[in-house]
Amino acid sequence: MTVGRRKWEVEQRRPSRTRRRGAIHLGMLMLVMSVVFPLGAASLEKQVQQIATELRCPVCQGLSVADSPSQMANQMRDLIRERLEAGESPEAVKAYFVERYGEWILLAPKKEGFNLLVWLFPFLGLAGGAVGLLVVLKRWRQRPATTGRASVDPAYLEKVRREMAQDQS
Amino acid sequence: MTAQLGNIALWIGLVVALYGAAAAVFGRRRQSGVLLESAYTAVLVHCALVSIALLSLEYALITSDFTIEYVAFNSSRNYSVWYKIAGLWGALEGSLLLWAWMQAVLAAQVVLMYRRKHRDFIPYVSAVLMGISAFFLLVMLIPANPFETHFPVPAEGRGLNPLLEDTSMLVHPLLLYSGYVGFTVPYAFAMAALMTGRLSEEWLYITRRWAVTAWVFLTSGIIYGGWWSYHVLGWGGYWAWDPVENASIMPWLAGTAYIHSVMTQEKRGMLKVWNLTLISLTFALVIFGTFLTRSGILNSVHAFTQGAVGYFFLALLAVILLSTVTLLTYRADQLRTEGAVDSFLSRESAFLFNNLLLITLCFTVFLGTVFPLLAEAVRGVKVSVGAPYFNYVAAPLGLGLLFLMGVGPVIPWRGGSWGSVRRNLMGPGIVGLAAGGVTFVFGIRGPWVVATYALAVFVSAIVVQEYYRGIRARQRTAGEGPLRALGQLFSRNRRRYGGFIVHLGVALLAIGIASSSAFQMEREKMLNKGEVLDVGGYQVRFDRLAGSEGPTHVKVQGIFTILNDRHEVGHMRPGLRFYERQQEPIAEVDYWIGLKEDLYLILGSFDREGSWAVVKVLVNPMVSWIWIGGIIMALGTLIALWPARSRFAASAGEKP
Amino acid sequence: MKKVLVPLSVVPLLLLLAYGFWTDPRNVPSPLIAKPAPPFALTLFDGEHLKLEGLRGKVVVVNFWASWCFPACYEEAPVLEAAWRAYKDKDVVVVGVNVQDTEKAAKEFMDRFQFTFPNGPDPGGKISIDYGVYGIPETFVLDKAGRIAYKHVGAVTAGVLSAQLESLLQQAPRASDSKGGHDRGS
Repeated sequence: MTVGRRKWEVEQRRPSRTRRRGAIHLGMLMLVMSVVFPLGAASLEKQVQQIATELRCPVCQGLSVADSPSQMANQMRDLIRERLEAGESPEAVKAYFVERYGEWILLAPKKEGFNLLVWLFPFLGLAGGAVGLLVVLKRWRQRPATTGRASVDPAYLEKVRREMAQDQS
Repeated sequence: MTAQLGNIALWIGLVVALYGAAAAVFGRRRQSGVLLESAYTAVLVHCALVSIALLSLEYALITSDFTIEYVAFNSSRNYSVWYKIAGLWGALEGSLLLWAWMQAVLAAQVVLMYRRKHRDFIPYVSAVLMGISAFFLLVMLIPANPFETHFPVPAEGRGLNPLLEDTSMLVHPLLLYSGYVGFTVPYAFAMAALMTGRLSEEWLYITRRWAVTAWVFLTSGIIYGGWWSYHVLGWGGYWAWDPVENASIMPWLAGTAYIHSVMTQEKRGMLKVWNLTLISLTFALVIFGTFLTRSGILNSVHAFTQGAVGYFFLALLAVILLSTVTLLTYRADQLRTEGAVDSFLSRESAFLFNNLLLITLCFTVFLGTVFPLLAEAVRGVKVSVGAPYFNYVAAPLGLGLLFLMGVGPVIPWRGGSWGSVRRNLMGPGIVGLAAGGVTFVFGIRGPWVVATYALAVFVSAIVVQEYYRGIRARQRTAGEGPLRALGQLFSRNRRRYGGFIVHLGVALLAIGIASSSAFQMEREKMLNKGEVLDVGGYQVRFDRLAGSEGPTHVKVQGIFTILNDRHEVGHMRPGLRFYERQQEPIAEVDYWIGLKEDLYLILGSFDREGSWAVVKVLVNPMVSWIWIGGIIMALGTLIALWPARSRFAASAGEKP
Repeated sequence: MKKVLVPLSVVPLLLLLAYGFWTDPRNVPSPLIAKPAPPFALTLFDGEHLKLEGLRGKVVVVNFWASWCFPACYEEAPVLEAAWRAYKDKDVVVVGVNVQDTEKAAKEFMDRFQFTFPNGPDPGGKISIDYGVYGIPETFVLDKAGRIAYKHVGAVTAGVLSAQLESLLQQAPRASDSKGGHDRGS
């Protein structure tokens, strides 16, 4: 009883401070939530959007689920949102669709196996081309220069010849 | 009656084209003037005949002659005369006729302009052009006849595909076809060069001008197509890497590589074989694109009906590829270059790297487009290759090209010293880096976006710098005022200063693409009457629905009020058009265009009583920069192409 | 001799493009064949409820349709109704799933073709997506063990449907591991 009373007394002695502290805590919590919650919601929308850009709309001609205005795409976006909210990872959500539609539903082919051909080609092509170009350039530079007419541009010579022929005719 | 006239014109046209091709080749080999003249006359007669066929079909369209099946399927009595005319290219058969006609006209133009001056060449050029024309006529006569008749005669036509009922339909296909068909001429010249084993300077001059002209049409057509997609298709985007879009960008990339690389041949006499390869590649890609669109082997928004037409185009592609590659392989030695690249740091080198990037991108797009087919053949599984892949590969290559665009025109021919190059690039380089820094400070963190802004500003700064230097130089040496100096710059060196403007246009385009891709804001919500949706500083309030009836459809519009900070700014009316024959309605988007951003509304589903509607609101930053950039590119090319008063005077004063 | 290889290198590309004529870009093969059919619960138009699991042991035809899907759904509707009437006493159930439609239009469609088999709407499109539907009409035939035996895209014909039903009816109802195997189970 004394404990309780003392506690009560103690609490009585600093009500305004407690209340103020409580108010501050509550205010901070609300502030944090008002920032985090929409942020959380925003990042959910962003995730939905991100996944939607990677999936192909099944009833359209090559549009992504994000871009397509069709009803099916709408339903798919809703489904993506639901599954993300239920705690599934983006990978799992995509896998769900792949299980039902096949790899075709992914707008960019999976980076494995034969598909690597299409992912690696641009870089290998560029690198190979650059190397080839440098080799060719080097070889040309080492070629002995043509003698005699080297100082005159063959293209320019031709132009002069042509114009002279025209002036004469 | 009209159908029979058209058919007869096409049949005779085919025979005349075949005769013209044969006579040209034989006449050239036997040096028979009579045969050659008859071959050229054949080209002109062919043009007249195809024109008759075209006019017949147009006449049938304008008078709504539904005995002809093509008219019944692609036109309607209720259409304005413009859409009736546009019906010519609304579907497969008519589009082939348009192509054949454009080609016939160009062939006639080539013959009339050059037959006296280039007796060596023109026979082969004419033969190639007639051969290709004959092919198109053959396709029209056998699998895809525009003059098929249809009984019983329907009372009303089906009308165009509803997606095509837009003003853009009157422009976009014409621009694109001019580009595609335009590339046939430099290709024919290239084939003639290989067949004769000669490449005169005149050849180069002619081919370059035709190629650049075709290029500007193709560029305009592609960008206009993006505009059409953005404003009509109703998904808020302008480029989807659809197979048919890719089919147009591939010849564009190869063509761009060609018009740059050919300058090296002009200045230094180099890369002759490479240039022949490039222009052949460009044309082969044009035919490949036509094949893709009309064969139905790939799923696409644009796909025309498939059928036997695909086999014909594959055959054409095979003939062209095999003959061209064979000629290149066996005749290339006769055309080997004399000049050589002197230094790594030279204009020639820059052009070669420009080619490397463009051709790599071209082949990458090609591989991505046919990969689904390849994967199915090899793995038996269907895969998709879409926008995420293409954007991923295009971005770095595009940035590399932007960089070269800035640096290339400033590096001298035959090599420059690092010191001089550094001096030239220092100012613009600093400006570019500063721009990148500014965007970073403003909170933009995406590396691609920052890099694009920095490089685009860099390119623009170089353009400004070079113009400034050119004007200052003329002021000092010729004592001209700045405006006159500017005019003189244009008239004395159109290529260089027109080209700068084209590069400036590309920089703007790049900024537009980067901004609209990275910072697009999008929200979709079901709004009850009076409810407001907040997107990017705008508030969109749903007011009500409104319905109306058109000749071929029923339209439902959503009326929305747009507010900015609680002030009413205006109304927008996105709608949906419901056609009887189609399940999904066609979206009619409403948009406000601005320099800073576009506001874009798409109507989704709605309640019939009008109590709610689903609306998708997009705020697309700086999309207008893309269209403005495109217009500037076209203007720049026009300046570069403008004929000089006297060729000699112009080229004498030409700065490298 | 080596030079001739260059033109010949073009041939593989042409062959690949020719191969394209054999494939149909619009046809997407389903990965669900021979897998257990995704379960669903339908609230039928007449108010009853139907669960797919409750139909285990019977051959089930699941048909996705809509009233706006013209002409294919209109062509196959009589085929489905006829199949139902012919086979309902033989342990076959025909179930119709109505997608992206309004109740009024759906009921009109059902009246027009005098559907007596169970039909229900698919709100939110979940069942369609679960089955990997990408274009209607689509018909799935499930074997007695509840696995998807066959998928037909487009209007299904009487011949195809009865052939599938006959072959599946001959299978034993046990969920055995081999698809077509016979066993002595009840």
